[in-house]
Amino acid sequence: MGTMKLKGRGWGIFWLVVGALYLLVPLYGMAQFSLETGPHSYGFHWYQTIFDSSQFRSSFLLSLRLALETVAISLVLLVPTVFWVHLRLPRLRPLFEFLVILPFVVPPVALAVGLVGLFRPVTWLVSTPELLAFVYVILALPFSYRSLDAGMRAIDLRTLSQAAESLGARWTTTLRLVVLPNVRSSLLGASFLTLAIVMGEFTIASLLLFNTFPVYIEYIGETKAYPAAALALISFVLTWGAMLGMFIVGRGRGRTHTEVAMTR
Amino acid sequence: MSTTELVEEEAGGLPVGTGGGGGAGSARRGAAAPPRRRRKWLAWLGAVPFLAYVALFLLIPTVEVIVNAFRGTSGSFSLANVRQLTSGQYASAYVASIKVSVATALTGGLLGFFVAWSTLQRGIPRAIRPIVTTFSGVAANFAGIPLAFAFVATLGTTGVVTVLLAHMGLNLTAAGFTLYGFSGLVVVYTYFQFPLMLLIIIPSLEGMRTEWREATASLGGGAWSFWRYVGLPILLPSIASAMVLLFGSAFSAYATPYALTSGYINLVPVLIGSVMSGNIVANPGLGDALALGMILVVSVAVAIYVVLQRRVSRWAR
Repeated sequence: MGTMKLKGRGWGIFWLVVGALYLLVPLYGMAQFSLETGPHSYGFHWYQTIFDSSQFRSSFLLSLRLALETVAISLVLLVPTVFWVHLRLPRLRPLFEFLVILPFVVPPVALAVGLVGLFRPVTWLVSTPELLAFVYVILALPFSYRSLDAGMRAIDLRTLSQAAESLGARWTTTLRLVVLPNVRSSLLGASFLTLAIVMGEFTIASLLLFNTFPVYIEYIGETKAYPAAALALISFVLTWGAMLGMFIVGRGRGRTHTEVAMTR
Repeated sequence: MSTTELVEEEAGGLPVGTGGGGGAGSARRGAAAPPRRRRKWLAWLGAVPFLAYVALFLLIPTVEVIVNAFRGTSGSFSLANVRQLTSGQYASAYVASIKVSVATALTGGLLGFFVAWSTLQRGIPRAIRPIVTTFSGVAANFAGIPLAFAFVATLGTTGVVTVLLAHMGLNLTAAGFTLYGFSGLVVVYTYFQFPLMLLIIIPSLEGMRTEWREATASLGGGAWSFWRYVGLPILLPSIASAMVLLFGSAFSAYATPYALTSGYINLVPVLIGSVMSGNIVANPGLGDALALGMILVVSVAVAIYVVLQRRVSRWAR
């Protein structure tokens, strides 16, 4: 028994080290590249040029704006819908659960093909970046919907809303004063993941010809590896921030499912 | 489907006495409630914005892909686009995409499984687990463009590790490795695949009871017999279905291979991108046919996933 335990521990340490190296070495490479300004000289030169670049600022702000819009549209669309489905249309739940995993079945690149085919005649729409925000709501759907769904399942929605109704509240009041405060952590969790998705989404933005932050990083990286590493690091910090946010708001409730954005 | 039902309800809604059918839902309301019929279609109305949204930005674009894939240059029905998929560059793009996806589902799946298993070993501090899962959450989401450039800085021609290994006398290029080809894609994809595997598989591993190991031990079995006759049979459907998800995640990847190769690699998603931006013969239907092929491959993967999930033993839930 004793040797078995030891063997397990030895292999355990071995695989943990392998995994840690796999994850950390590229981050180290990226960090070193981003600071390398010449042979054996290091500094923040690349970061400075990036922050001074107007293209960086405009693409970053565009992505940020789209991220906030995506979160806003998601919440406005999903909060009343999930509430309503739980309360009044429980028979529709299987249909909705099926619909929200469909974005996994249609890869972003295929969705981009369909969107271009469908919306090309609508010129004002295909030239507005806001189109992306509407599409990103779909990309985030598997996470945002299910996070809200889990949040509302965890509370006794029926009793709470009947109690509110017996006190004379309309359903909008119930939603605002009773339900929302109870599902705040799942709302925030879904929002953080949505932020991470939008700040990293390249496929659809690039194929629909919008200069978002990832599109800008790719454009720089095609010719300049060092500033690209600095941009990659900035992007990594953003991902960390979003995940940390999710971790903090998600403390206390059990992890319900794996939250991984599919923006490869 | 639901929208048409709604329309019917609306049409025959207000006249009372259509009888039967309705009312199984949330009926217990105050006495002064309007007729049930009306409440019911009002309830349906609440689902309309969401359904309309999903239809407009997901379902109709997908139908558009399918329809256009079967439309010839003249606009009438044609199999020309779809038939093209079976030949030359297009067929080999599918083969290459599937190869990369299978390879990284295996490498990522195995590494992810072993690291997940390690966090649960006795003698490994429990405090490791949340660190590993949080970091895996970040790594699995850190993909696409930035990941590609992180690897360029690490294993590219002047990358940190490439240079280090060259100092130690190991020339990666001479050894047959290139970041910008198949081997590089496998290494880079594995970066997001194995944390994904870890996150998916860790709940199943946590569900393994120590009693099972003790039961095996009391029958004289060691670690080998435990895994051979108890552990793996219970976990296999979970492992296999997780790997199918990894396959899908790699198969759909566009940003990572595009950034690594500046769009010059023959994988289906990258090829679709080239067709769309007109770098390849301007034949719009071809992009749709390629996209349809992708949707079909992923659908098969999802179907396999669903079947495997059903076989996930109740022990492993």
